[in-house]
Amino acid sequence: MSTGEQVEEQVTYPGARPPDRQRTVDSSGLRIAVHEWGDEAAPPLLLAHGGMDFARTFDVFAPLLADSGFRVVSWDHRGHGDSEHAALYSWEGDLRDALAVFDSVSPHAVPVIGHSKGGSLMLQLADALPHRVSHLINLDGLPSRRSFPDVSDHQRTKLLAQELTGWLDHRRRLVDAQRRPGTLDELADRRGRMNPRLERAWLRYLVSVGARLDPDGWRWKIDPTIRFGGFGPWRPEWSMMRLPDIGVPVLAVLGTEPDPLGWGTLPADVMSHMPPGGRLEVLEGAGHFLHIEQPAAVADLVVEHLA
Amino acid sequence: MSTVPVLLRHNRIRLALHELRGGEGRPLLHLHGLAERSPAAVPAHLAGWPGPVWALDLSGHGDSDVAIGGGYFCEALMGDVDLAIGHLGAVTIYGRGLGAYVGLLAAGGRAELVQGTILADGPGLAGGGPTPGSPAVASAVSPPPPGGTPDPWALYELTRDVRPPDYATTYVRQAASRSGLDTPISVVGVTRPPWLEEVAAEPGVLECTLPEALEMYATV
Repeated sequence: MSTGEQVEEQVTYPGARPPDRQRTVDSSGLRIAVHEWGDEAAPPLLLAHGGMDFARTFDVFAPLLADSGFRVVSWDHRGHGDSEHAALYSWEGDLRDALAVFDSVSPHAVPVIGHSKGGSLMLQLADALPHRVSHLINLDGLPSRRSFPDVSDHQRTKLLAQELTGWLDHRRRLVDAQRRPGTLDELADRRGRMNPRLERAWLRYLVSVGARLDPDGWRWKIDPTIRFGGFGPWRPEWSMMRLPDIGVPVLAVLGTEPDPLGWGTLPADVMSHMPPGGRLEVLEGAGHFLHIEQPAAVADLVVEHLA
Repeated sequence: MSTVPVLLRHNRIRLALHELRGGEGRPLLHLHGLAERSPAAVPAHLAGWPGPVWALDLSGHGDSDVAIGGGYFCEALMGDVDLAIGHLGAVTIYGRGLGAYVGLLAAGGRAELVQGTILADGPGLAGGGPTPGSPAVASAVSPPPPGGTPDPWALYELTRDVRPPDYATTYVRQAASRSGLDTPISVVGVTRPPWLEEVAAEPGVLECTLPEALEMYATV
């Protein structure tokens, strides 16, 4: 079937449940899409996705938390999922958007879960606004120095020249950027290259909720100007150095299996920075997307931590 | 100054590039400081430049668009400058304050086309310091001024961006290895925030007066 002949397909996945409510929040003029599972009157639990993801990647994980008695609130970062595409993307912008979502839920301290980049964001938010976070749960979102191997000065200069030129050339082309269309299965295949440990059925489900069907095929909703990899002065230890500051109960969860999108962070890297009373759990056999590979196990850890 | 700027598109932001003076030869590209805008005419201290003089309004400033929702960072402004370079071809850059730091990034990022970068004092020179400070998240800033620029989010974010000295010096090394110049960077100001202190000490960087820098780059 050619991409032009595709019709919207109802794709399901065991345990996946769409949000009970969807709304938007204004963040300095940008529209941020918010997705909620569970009773609106239940205690809130904020849930931040990682880079290049979107809130609907929690369609299995979030319902487990909601069924445990929480109002689970997640949002699409600017440019991701159903949130508005922005002119600029930055860490500061993402933090500000997160705060706008928090403000729409409660002015009081709430428990917060963050995965990957979302984990690093929530760690910084908890450090900046300790009065807004009651518990912090970090799912493989603690970058360590170990993730970035040393290279010689000469190699570094050459690599940086390529990186700089590539990044600037990419910025020059942004005005014409469009996501490459494909069939539902082609998009699932592409996603699978980034997420080799995740089931194909799950990847197909992700396409159905994270992409849109245009006349010429499926396209991921994420802003085409966003691409993998950051650029700039940030270094991983700037995230990890926030962890010792945290004064609320901390749970960090790592998987044991290497994953292309993982940080490669080891338990020792985390424990050397863990604040008093903080807890690290290591999930045997799980990769970077541990809440997707073992949703029930991770949900149990979260519920126990919040009890 | 031509009253109608050239409009360049950097993703969703239109950038205003002003021709302050026409002529033959390599242009001098003026980059303003934080919360400033391009001058309306060639400043007297740059009148000695023999060629054309152009000036770019950085994102969120002057006649350029603001970024709705903010999110300003210096590398994005480096992209702004690169678009100007794409329009003008090889340039010499004069940057003051924020424009000096962004000019340094452009000197390293597009080294083959930046034939000399002059770093001068001005607002926004220091940024947020060499390492992250105590974190903060602002939910609002003061309302925008009439006309919309300078964007208050640009003022908030570009006074907090981290500028590690060893990060800044990597751009010096890029300029030194790829520009073809012996001294691709000149420091003509007085103030030395940590990043500029280390940049000034790097091979390929000359501390001199503005007239000396202009004369040097006019002849390369």
